[in-house]
Amino acid sequence: MNAENPVWSLLWTFGLISLFAVGGGNSAIPEMHRVAVDVRHWLTDQQFADVFAISQLSPGPNVLIVTLIGYSVAGVVGAVVATLAMCVPTAVLAYGVSQLMARSSHASWPGLIRTALVPLSIGLMGASGLILALTADRTWAAALVTAIAALLAVATRLNPLWILLAGGCLGFAGFI
Amino acid sequence: MPPDSTPAALAAPEFSTASPPGLIALFVAFAKMSLAGFGGVLVWARRGIVEQHHWMTPEEFNETFALCHFLPGPNVVNLSVVFGSRFRGVAGGIAAFAGLLGPPVVIVTILAALYARFGEIEVLRHILAGVSCAAVGLLMSVVFRMMMPLLRKREPVSLVALSAVFIAVGLLRLPLPAVLGVAMPLSIAITFVLRRKVHA
Repeated sequence: MNAENPVWSLLWTFGLISLFAVGGGNSAIPEMHRVAVDVRHWLTDQQFADVFAISQLSPGPNVLIVTLIGYSVAGVVGAVVATLAMCVPTAVLAYGVSQLMARSSHASWPGLIRTALVPLSIGLMGASGLILALTADRTWAAALVTAIAALLAVATRLNPLWILLAGGCLGFAGFI
Repeated sequence: MPPDSTPAALAAPEFSTASPPGLIALFVAFAKMSLAGFGGVLVWARRGIVEQHHWMTPEEFNETFALCHFLPGPNVVNLSVVFGSRFRGVAGGIAAFAGLLGPPVVIVTILAALYARFGEIEVLRHILAGVSCAAVGLLMSVVFRMMMPLLRKREPVSLVALSAVFIAVGLLRLPLPAVLGVAMPLSIAITFVLRRKVHA
Protein backbone atom coordinates (compact mmCIF):
# COMPACT_ATOMS: atom_id res chain seq x y z
CA MET A 1 0.00 0.00 0.00
CA ASN A 2 1.34 3.39 -1.01
CA ALA A 3 1.28 5.57 2.08
CA GLU A 4 1.91 8.72 0.03
CA ASN A 5 -1.24 8.41 -2.02
CA PRO A 6 -3.99 10.47 -0.34
CA VAL A 7 -6.73 8.24 -1.76
CA TRP A 8 -5.28 5.26 0.13
CA SER A 9 -5.11 7.36 3.28
CA LEU A 10 -8.79 8.26 2.87
CA LEU A 11 -9.76 4.64 2.30
CA TRP A 12 -7.79 3.43 5.27
CA THR A 13 -8.77 6.29 7.59
CA PHE A 14 -12.51 6.19 7.04
CA GLY A 15 -12.70 2.41 6.72
CA LEU A 16 -11.22 2.19 10.20
CA ILE A 17 -13.27 5.03 11.65
CA SER A 18 -16.53 3.51 10.39
CA LEU A 19 -15.96 0.39 12.47
CA PHE A 20 -15.67 2.53 15.60
CA ALA A 21 -18.66 4.77 14.88
CA VAL A 22 -20.70 3.32 17.72
CA GLY A 23 -24.26 4.62 17.54
CA GLY A 24 -23.95 6.34 14.19
CA GLY A 25 -22.00 8.77 12.05
CA ASN A 26 -22.06 11.64 14.52
CA SER A 27 -20.23 9.54 17.11
CA ALA A 28 -17.21 9.48 14.82
CA ILE A 29 -16.87 13.25 14.48
CA PRO A 30 -14.23 13.61 17.23
CA GLU A 31 -12.07 10.98 15.53
CA MET A 32 -12.61 12.56 12.10
CA HIS A 33 -11.58 15.90 13.54
CA ARG A 34 -8.53 14.40 15.25
CA VAL A 35 -7.33 12.65 12.10
CA ALA A 36 -8.33 15.21 9.46
CA VAL A 37 -7.28 18.36 11.34
CA ASP A 38 -4.70 17.41 13.96
CA VAL A 39 -2.89 14.40 12.48
CA ARG A 40 -3.05 14.70 8.69
CA HIS A 41 -3.76 18.44 8.31
CA TRP A 42 -6.24 17.84 5.52
CA LEU A 43 -8.45 20.67 6.80
CA THR A 44 -8.13 23.65 9.12
CA ASP A 45 -10.29 23.88 12.19
CA GLN A 46 -12.51 26.39 10.46
CA GLN A 47 -12.86 24.31 7.31
CA PHE A 48 -13.93 21.40 9.48
CA ALA A 49 -16.69 23.52 11.03
CA ASP A 50 -17.68 24.59 7.50
CA VAL A 51 -17.96 21.07 6.09
CA PHE A 52 -19.96 20.03 9.14
CA ALA A 53 -22.36 22.91 8.43
CA ILE A 54 -22.62 21.99 4.74
CA SER A 55 -23.25 18.33 5.56
CA GLN A 56 -26.09 19.33 7.89
CA LEU A 57 -27.56 21.69 5.32
CA SER A 58 -27.59 19.18 2.47
CA PRO A 59 -30.06 16.34 2.04
CA GLY A 60 -29.08 12.75 2.79
CA PRO A 61 -27.52 11.02 5.78
CA ASN A 62 -25.38 13.24 8.03
CA VAL A 63 -22.45 10.91 7.46
CA LEU A 64 -21.86 12.69 4.15
CA ILE A 65 -19.46 14.99 5.97
CA VAL A 66 -16.91 12.36 4.88
CA THR A 67 -17.79 13.09 1.23
CA LEU A 68 -16.84 16.72 1.79
CA ILE A 69 -13.61 15.82 3.59
CA GLY A 70 -12.77 13.36 0.81
CA TYR A 71 -13.37 15.99 -1.86
CA SER A 72 -11.10 18.48 -0.19
CA VAL A 73 -8.32 15.87 -0.07
CA ALA A 74 -8.57 14.27 -3.52
CA GLY A 75 -11.41 15.77 -5.56
CA VAL A 76 -14.29 13.69 -6.89
CA VAL A 77 -12.36 10.42 -6.50
CA GLY A 78 -11.64 11.33 -2.89
CA ALA A 79 -15.30 12.13 -2.28
CA VAL A 80 -16.46 8.77 -3.61
CA VAL A 81 -13.70 6.76 -1.92
CA ALA A 82 -14.24 8.40 1.47
CA THR A 83 -18.00 7.80 1.27
CA LEU A 84 -17.66 4.15 0.32
CA ALA A 85 -14.92 3.55 2.90
CA MET A 86 -17.17 4.98 5.60
CA CYS A 87 -20.32 3.12 4.53
CA VAL A 88 -19.45 -0.23 2.94
CA PRO A 89 -17.61 -2.08 5.76
CA THR A 90 -20.34 -1.52 8.32
CA ALA A 91 -23.08 -2.17 5.75
CA VAL A 92 -21.54 -5.58 5.09
CA LEU A 93 -21.30 -6.17 8.83
CA ALA A 94 -24.94 -5.14 9.30
CA TYR A 95 -25.99 -7.52 6.53
CA GLY A 96 -24.07 -10.37 8.14
CA VAL A 97 -25.46 -9.75 11.61
CA SER A 98 -29.02 -9.39 10.32
CA GLN A 99 -28.73 -12.78 8.60
CA LEU A 100 -27.40 -14.26 11.83
CA MET A 101 -30.19 -12.71 13.90
CA ALA A 102 -32.85 -13.96 11.52
CA ARG A 103 -31.88 -17.44 12.66
CA SER A 104 -31.85 -16.72 16.39
CA SER A 105 -34.31 -13.89 16.75
CA HIS A 106 -34.98 -14.39 20.44
CA ALA A 107 -31.39 -14.29 21.64
CA SER A 108 -30.79 -11.92 24.57
CA TRP A 109 -27.30 -10.74 23.57
CA PRO A 110 -28.43 -8.02 21.13
CA GLY A 111 -30.33 -6.31 23.92
CA LEU A 112 -27.39 -6.69 26.26
CA ILE A 113 -24.91 -5.22 23.79
CA ARG A 114 -27.27 -2.36 23.06
CA THR A 115 -27.66 -1.51 26.75
CA ALA A 116 -23.88 -1.57 27.10
CA LEU A 117 -23.18 0.57 24.03
CA VAL A 118 -25.86 3.26 24.27
CA PRO A 119 -24.07 5.25 27.02
CA LEU A 120 -20.80 5.05 25.07
CA SER A 121 -22.45 6.40 21.96
CA ILE A 122 -24.04 9.28 23.89
CA GLY A 123 -20.66 10.10 25.42
CA LEU A 124 -19.14 10.18 21.93
CA MET A 125 -21.88 12.41 20.58
CA GLY A 126 -21.40 14.73 23.53
CA ALA A 127 -17.70 14.87 22.65
CA SER A 128 -18.70 15.68 19.05
CA GLY A 129 -20.82 18.55 20.32
CA LEU A 130 -17.96 19.88 22.45
CA ILE A 131 -15.32 19.67 19.71
CA LEU A 132 -17.58 21.29 17.14
CA ALA A 133 -18.62 24.00 19.59
CA LEU A 134 -14.95 24.82 20.21
CA THR A 135 -14.36 25.17 16.46
CA ALA A 136 -17.58 26.99 15.57
CA ASP A 137 -18.32 29.18 18.60
CA ARG A 138 -15.42 31.60 18.63
CA THR A 139 -17.43 34.57 19.89
CA TRP A 140 -20.06 35.06 22.58
CA ALA A 141 -22.64 35.84 19.91
CA ALA A 142 -21.86 32.54 18.18
CA ALA A 143 -22.16 30.60 21.42
CA LEU A 144 -25.47 32.32 22.06
CA VAL A 145 -26.78 31.20 18.65
CA THR A 146 -25.73 27.62 19.43
CA ALA A 147 -27.46 27.73 22.82
CA ILE A 148 -30.68 29.14 21.36
CA ALA A 149 -30.65 26.59 18.53
CA ALA A 150 -30.25 23.78 21.07
CA LEU A 151 -33.09 25.13 23.22
CA LEU A 152 -35.40 25.55 20.23
CA ALA A 153 -34.67 22.02 19.04
CA VAL A 154 -35.32 20.54 22.48
CA ALA A 155 -38.41 22.57 23.34
CA THR A 156 -40.22 22.80 19.98
CA ARG A 157 -40.99 20.49 17.07
CA LEU A 158 -39.62 23.01 14.61
CA ASN A 159 -38.08 21.49 11.46
CA PRO A 160 -34.28 21.56 12.00
CA LEU A 161 -33.82 23.04 8.54
CA TRP A 162 -35.46 26.30 9.69
CA ILE A 163 -33.08 26.51 12.63
CA LEU A 164 -30.11 26.04 10.31
CA LEU A 165 -31.42 28.66 7.89
CA ALA A 166 -32.04 31.09 10.75
CA GLY A 167 -28.41 30.58 11.78
CA GLY A 168 -27.33 31.30 8.21
CA CYS A 169 -29.40 34.49 8.14
CA LEU A 170 -27.87 35.69 11.41
CA GLY A 171 -24.43 35.00 9.93
CA PHE A 172 -25.34 36.87 6.76
CA ALA A 173 -26.53 39.82 8.83
CA GLY A 174 -23.11 39.92 10.46
CA PHE A 175 -24.34 38.97 13.93
CA ILE A 176 -21.71 36.24 14.38
CA MET B 1 -37.46 -14.54 3.50
CA PRO B 2 -36.52 -17.87 1.95
CA PRO B 3 -36.43 -17.69 -1.85
CA ASP B 4 -38.88 -20.55 -2.27
CA SER B 5 -41.67 -18.83 -0.36
CA THR B 6 -45.17 -18.76 -1.83
CA PRO B 7 -47.36 -15.66 -2.24
CA ALA B 8 -46.51 -12.86 0.13
CA ALA B 9 -49.78 -12.94 2.05
CA LEU B 10 -49.29 -16.59 2.91
CA ALA B 11 -45.57 -16.79 3.32
CA ALA B 12 -44.94 -13.81 5.52
CA PRO B 13 -47.67 -13.13 8.05
CA GLU B 14 -45.15 -11.13 10.08
CA PHE B 15 -44.72 -8.63 7.26
CA SER B 16 -47.21 -5.90 6.59
CA THR B 17 -49.86 -5.99 3.94
CA ALA B 18 -48.11 -4.57 0.87
CA SER B 19 -46.31 -6.81 -1.61
CA PRO B 20 -42.51 -6.86 -1.28
CA PRO B 21 -40.82 -4.07 -3.25
CA GLY B 22 -38.73 -4.74 -6.36
CA LEU B 23 -35.17 -3.51 -6.87
CA ILE B 24 -36.13 -0.33 -8.69
CA ALA B 25 -38.84 0.42 -6.12
CA LEU B 26 -36.24 0.01 -3.35
CA PHE B 27 -33.78 2.33 -5.08
CA VAL B 28 -36.41 4.99 -5.76
CA ALA B 29 -37.95 4.79 -2.28
CA PHE B 30 -34.60 5.21 -0.52
CA ALA B 31 -33.51 7.97 -2.90
CA LYS B 32 -36.70 9.87 -2.08
CA MET B 33 -36.32 9.43 1.68
CA SER B 34 -32.71 10.47 1.47
CA LEU B 35 -33.37 13.61 -0.56
CA ALA B 36 -36.20 14.60 1.78
CA GLY B 37 -33.97 14.11 4.81
CA PHE B 38 -32.46 17.39 5.80
CA GLY B 39 -30.74 17.01 9.16
CA GLY B 40 -31.33 13.26 9.36
CA VAL B 41 -33.03 10.67 7.20
CA LEU B 42 -34.41 8.42 9.92
CA VAL B 43 -37.73 10.23 10.32
CA TRP B 44 -38.32 10.03 6.59
CA ALA B 45 -37.26 6.42 6.45
CA ARG B 46 -39.87 5.56 9.07
CA ARG B 47 -42.50 7.60 7.25
CA GLY B 48 -41.72 6.03 3.87
CA ILE B 49 -41.32 2.42 4.96
CA VAL B 50 -44.07 2.21 7.57
CA GLU B 51 -46.69 4.83 6.75
CA GLN B 52 -46.43 5.36 3.02
CA HIS B 53 -45.49 1.95 1.56
CA HIS B 54 -46.59 -0.31 4.45
CA TRP B 55 -43.52 -2.45 3.88
CA MET B 56 -43.08 -2.94 7.64
CA THR B 57 -45.19 -2.56 10.76
CA PRO B 58 -43.93 0.01 13.31
CA GLU B 59 -42.72 -2.86 15.51
CA GLU B 60 -40.72 -4.44 12.69
CA PHE B 61 -39.23 -1.07 11.88
CA ASN B 62 -38.20 -0.44 15.49
CA GLU B 63 -36.66 -3.88 15.74
CA THR B 64 -34.70 -3.42 12.53
CA PHE B 65 -33.56 0.02 13.59
CA ALA B 66 -32.49 -1.23 17.01
CA LEU B 67 -30.23 -3.74 15.28
CA CYS B 68 -28.73 -1.02 13.10
CA HIS B 69 -28.26 1.28 16.04
CA PHE B 70 -26.06 -1.03 18.07
CA LEU B 71 -23.91 -1.88 15.07
CA PRO B 72 -21.14 0.56 14.21
CA GLY B 73 -21.42 2.94 11.28
CA PRO B 74 -24.06 5.28 9.94
CA ASN B 75 -27.42 3.94 11.20
CA VAL B 76 -29.55 4.80 8.21
CA VAL B 77 -27.03 3.29 5.80
CA ASN B 78 -27.06 0.07 7.79
CA LEU B 79 -30.84 0.20 7.86
CA SER B 80 -31.05 0.50 4.07
CA VAL B 81 -28.90 -2.60 3.57
CA VAL B 82 -30.69 -4.69 6.18
CA PHE B 83 -34.08 -3.59 4.89
CA GLY B 84 -33.31 -4.11 1.19
CA SER B 85 -31.74 -7.52 1.72
CA ARG B 86 -34.72 -8.67 3.75
CA PHE B 87 -36.91 -8.40 0.69
CA ARG B 88 -34.57 -9.00 -2.24
CA GLY B 89 -31.38 -10.54 -0.87
CA VAL B 90 -27.97 -9.01 -1.57
CA ALA B 91 -29.20 -7.23 -4.72
CA GLY B 92 -31.98 -5.59 -2.69
CA GLY B 93 -29.48 -4.43 -0.09
CA ILE B 94 -27.30 -2.90 -2.79
CA ALA B 95 -30.29 -1.22 -4.48
CA ALA B 96 -31.41 0.42 -1.22
CA PHE B 97 -27.82 1.41 -0.35
CA ALA B 98 -27.30 2.96 -3.79
CA GLY B 99 -30.63 4.81 -3.60
CA LEU B 100 -29.85 6.18 -0.16
CA LEU B 101 -26.32 7.35 -0.95
CA GLY B 102 -26.11 7.91 -4.73
CA PRO B 103 -28.21 11.04 -5.25
CA PRO B 104 -27.14 12.92 -2.09
CA VAL B 105 -23.47 12.10 -2.76
CA VAL B 106 -23.80 13.78 -6.16
CA ILE B 107 -25.36 16.85 -4.53
CA VAL B 108 -22.82 17.00 -1.73
CA THR B 109 -19.94 16.59 -4.18
CA ILE B 110 -21.24 19.57 -6.17
CA LEU B 111 -21.50 21.56 -2.92
CA ALA B 112 -17.94 20.51 -2.05
CA ALA B 113 -16.72 21.79 -5.43
CA LEU B 114 -18.56 25.08 -4.92
CA TYR B 115 -17.10 25.38 -1.43
CA ALA B 116 -13.57 24.71 -2.72
CA ARG B 117 -14.09 27.46 -5.31
CA PHE B 118 -16.00 30.09 -3.33
CA GLY B 119 -15.42 29.11 0.30
CA GLU B 120 -13.24 32.12 1.02
CA ILE B 121 -15.78 34.73 -0.10
CA GLU B 122 -16.63 36.96 2.83
CA VAL B 123 -20.44 36.69 2.64
CA LEU B 124 -20.35 32.92 2.37
CA ARG B 125 -17.94 32.76 5.32
CA HIS B 126 -20.45 34.61 7.47
CA ILE B 127 -23.40 32.48 6.36
CA LEU B 128 -21.54 29.22 6.95
CA ALA B 129 -20.37 30.43 10.35
CA GLY B 130 -24.00 31.06 11.29
CA VAL B 131 -25.14 27.70 9.98
CA SER B 132 -22.43 25.81 11.85
CA CYS B 133 -23.34 27.51 15.14
CA ALA B 134 -26.95 26.41 14.67
CA ALA B 135 -25.91 22.92 13.55
CA VAL B 136 -23.84 22.45 16.69
CA GLY B 137 -26.88 23.47 18.73
CA LEU B 138 -28.98 20.85 16.94
CA LEU B 139 -26.41 18.18 17.67
CA MET B 140 -26.40 19.15 21.34
CA SER B 141 -30.19 18.87 21.45
CA VAL B 142 -29.94 15.31 20.10
CA VAL B 143 -27.40 14.43 22.79
CA PHE B 144 -29.66 15.95 25.45
CA ARG B 145 -32.69 14.00 24.24
CA MET B 146 -30.77 10.74 24.22
CA MET B 147 -29.40 11.41 27.70
CA MET B 148 -32.74 12.05 29.38
CA PRO B 149 -33.81 8.37 29.74
CA LEU B 150 -30.43 7.51 31.26
CA LEU B 151 -30.61 10.43 33.69
CA ARG B 152 -34.11 9.40 34.73
CA LYS B 153 -33.06 5.82 35.40
CA ARG B 154 -30.05 7.02 37.44
CA GLU B 155 -27.99 3.98 36.55
CA PRO B 156 -24.54 4.76 37.90
CA VAL B 157 -22.77 2.37 35.53
CA SER B 158 -24.11 3.93 32.35
CA LEU B 159 -23.54 7.47 33.61
CA VAL B 160 -19.94 6.65 34.51
CA ALA B 161 -19.38 5.01 31.11
CA LEU B 162 -20.91 8.00 29.35
CA SER B 163 -18.76 10.51 31.24
CA ALA B 164 -15.59 8.45 30.87
CA VAL B 165 -15.96 8.29 27.09
CA PHE B 166 -16.84 11.98 26.92
CA ILE B 167 -13.72 12.93 28.90
CA ALA B 168 -11.40 10.56 27.04
CA VAL B 169 -12.52 11.58 23.56
CA GLY B 170 -13.82 15.12 24.02
CA LEU B 171 -11.38 16.57 26.56
CA LEU B 172 -8.26 14.41 26.37
CA ARG B 173 -8.67 13.85 22.61
CA LEU B 174 -7.51 10.26 22.80
CA PRO B 175 -7.79 8.15 19.62
CA LEU B 176 -11.21 6.55 19.27
CA PRO B 177 -10.06 2.95 18.57
CA ALA B 178 -8.00 2.95 21.77
CA VAL B 179 -10.83 4.39 23.88
CA LEU B 180 -13.45 2.00 22.55
CA GLY B 181 -11.01 -0.91 22.67
CA VAL B 182 -11.10 -0.48 26.45
CA ALA B 183 -14.61 0.89 26.97
CA MET B 184 -16.61 -1.56 24.87
CA PRO B 185 -15.49 -4.85 26.43
CA LEU B 186 -15.59 -3.28 29.88
CA SER B 187 -19.12 -1.92 29.46
CA ILE B 188 -20.39 -5.17 27.96
CA ALA B 189 -18.81 -7.23 30.75
CA ILE B 190 -20.23 -5.03 33.51
CA THR B 191 -23.70 -5.02 31.94
CA PHE B 192 -23.52 -8.81 31.63
CA VAL B 193 -22.51 -9.31 35.26
CA LEU B 194 -25.17 -6.91 36.53
CA ARG B 195 -27.88 -8.68 34.54
CA ARG B 196 -26.85 -12.04 35.92
CA LYS B 197 -27.10 -10.63 39.44
CA VAL B 198 -30.60 -9.34 38.76
CA HIS B 199 -31.73 -12.68 37.43
CA ALA B 200 -30.05 -14.73 40.18
